[in-house]
Amino acid sequence: MTGESAAGLSGRELACMRGGRTVFAKLDFGFAPGDLVVLRGPNGAGKSSLLRVLAGLVAPAAGTLAWHGADIAEDPAGHRARLQYVGHLDALKANLTAREHLRFHAALRDMGARDVGGRDVEGHHIAHALDMFGLAKLADRPARFLSQGQKRRVALARLCVAPAALWLLDEPTNGLDAEGVACLAAAIADKREGGGIVVAATHLDFPGGQARTLTLRAAA
Amino acid sequence: MNWQALANPARFKRLSDRLLPWFAGGAALCLAVGLYLGLVASPPDYQQGDSVRIMYVHVPAAWMAMFVYANLAVAAAASLVWRHPLADVAGRAMAPIGAAFTFLCLATGSLWGKPMWGTWWVWDARLTSVLILFFVYIAYMALNSAFDDDTRGARSSAILALVGAINLPIIKFSVDWWNTLHQPASVSRLDGPSIHASMLTPLLLMAVGFTLLFFALALVRMRAGLIERRLAALSYTRSADAGVASFR
Amino acid sequence: MSATLALLRRDLSLALRNVGETLTVLAFFVIAATLFPFGIGPEPQILARVATGIVWVVALLASLLPLERLFQSEADEGGLDQLLLAPAPLEALVLAKCAALWIGSALPLIAVSPIVATMLQLPTEAYGTLLASLLLGTPSLALLGGIGAALAVGARKGSALLALIVLPLAIPVLIFAVAAVEAQIGGLSVRPHLFLLAGFAVFWLTVAPFAMAAALRQAAS
Repeated sequence: MTGESAAGLSGRELACMRGGRTVFAKLDFGFAPGDLVVLRGPNGAGKSSLLRVLAGLVAPAAGTLAWHGADIAEDPAGHRARLQYVGHLDALKANLTAREHLRFHAALRDMGARDVGGRDVEGHHIAHALDMFGLAKLADRPARFLSQGQKRRVALARLCVAPAALWLLDEPTNGLDAEGVACLAAAIADKREGGGIVVAATHLDFPGGQARTLTLRAAA
Repeated sequence: MNWQALANPARFKRLSDRLLPWFAGGAALCLAVGLYLGLVASPPDYQQGDSVRIMYVHVPAAWMAMFVYANLAVAAAASLVWRHPLADVAGRAMAPIGAAFTFLCLATGSLWGKPMWGTWWVWDARLTSVLILFFVYIAYMALNSAFDDDTRGARSSAILALVGAINLPIIKFSVDWWNTLHQPASVSRLDGPSIHASMLTPLLLMAVGFTLLFFALALVRMRAGLIERRLAALSYTRSADAGVASFR
Repeated sequence: MSATLALLRRDLSLALRNVGETLTVLAFFVIAATLFPFGIGPEPQILARVATGIVWVVALLASLLPLERLFQSEADEGGLDQLLLAPAPLEALVLAKCAALWIGSALPLIAVSPIVATMLQLPTEAYGTLLASLLLGTPSLALLGGIGAALAVGARKGSALLALIVLPLAIPVLIFAVAAVEAQIGGLSVRPHLFLLAGFAVFWLTVAPFAMAAALRQAAS
């Protein structure tokens, strides 16, 4: 295997079936550390399905998906631990605040309250994530009192409370205002600088710097 | 037998083409002879008279209710382990047949109850267990058809079939125990008196006939199920090269 | 482990904030039980004879009510994907959800069951055993209900389907729970029945997490 395709996340001959029909097939790609990959294509071309395959939520109907050359089907738990996924739904509970959502997410990603050297690492991460997405003032407001765009920010702020080498984002800018898009762009730029891979499905212009584009074809 | 080879739909169709006439013919023959021996040629019971003849349908139907469920559980395990569509189709095909045998067992049990106990329904331990098995079949079928995506229905109901399979012995034990607690021992069992050879032959013939009938019906329904799937797939098949147009 | 506890804590605090839902279940429990005196007459002897069965059957039906939302709301909101993608084993996470369900809805139900039992003229000496049977029997119902709820995620016929799945499988729990109380009333030993109920709970504790996790994994794909 060539170095280019082995580093990062690579797919070979990937195919996805949903409800008895082929969504995509014979998909080959290699995403390198630091890449921002924008998935494009018309509605129904399989952008969300591809993200779910990349996350391991859906098993590919054919082909293999590998991380640094190792098949992820061999180690699904390891794959789950290295990725963060933001779906098109915000996954918020109406009665929990932004801070509670982030705290729960950090614990769920096994980043629970660990006091390292007397510092509240978790609290630090959460404060940073809230700042990053301009949520500091809204931190203690229950999600049912947040606007659509503010909810999206909380969903995205989750990305910053736990480490992950791979971000999978489904229409992340949906509902965001210009400032929110700028927050996301900054977060993505940070992630790429640290060698992370960001894959985002969108049909709009996408922030976050120089991107590679993977275009999925529409139904024939 | 190579299971993987059998799981190939085309090969399955060829195999079922060859087997179906034998199953169907054998079922017709066994059931005809069995019914004649059971309903006409065998002696009436000295206590129950002619109503004992219900046994020739009732008891094999009870066996089938359990036998089909065992098949269903095997198909469910195959569906979950190998994720093969044929196992999904098999589960969906077999459940209504099993439910029909279970219902036949309950209906004949009820018919038998009237002359024997003077009532259409008695909370007899066996009948009650079969009734609960019938409920599990209903739940399986309801779950199987409750999803827009057939595969989801198949997988969900397969898990239920396995949970049911490990729970059915517990239900059986509980109902037997509950029955001895509440029923006076004087109620005689539905098996009727000790079996005489002249009764055993039609009973076994009926059991074999029902089994062959089950296999024949299951094969027909599986073939229909496979064709249905093919049709559904054809109606939105896309070119096989759908996928990446460009990556730069 | 911390993820499982965090989920348990989150679901409990949600239950505390949506206390209205729990109260609705309790109200159903009480109202449904009080229908029986209207249906079969208020004679104390008759009620006393069927009180245990009524309390248990109605508790079983009431425990179905919160099941529909257990995993369906997670699936609708998108939280199910986050649970599936958590590094912790899904089997442990679903157990946390069932534990929260049990604490949040079964425990309050057990707490009001003496009131219902009083109205139904349950003999006084049977109260302890009724509570014990509920404490040992309802974990099985919560786990069994969790299986049903996980299987029905995304299904078209929500609550009726759940009842179809869960009720037949719950019959052994019902049989031995009621038998325990009747044994107490009849002056027999209740321990075998209670041991069996505990055994059922252990059985479902080992089976249910795998069934729920398998059901949810295929629900997401």
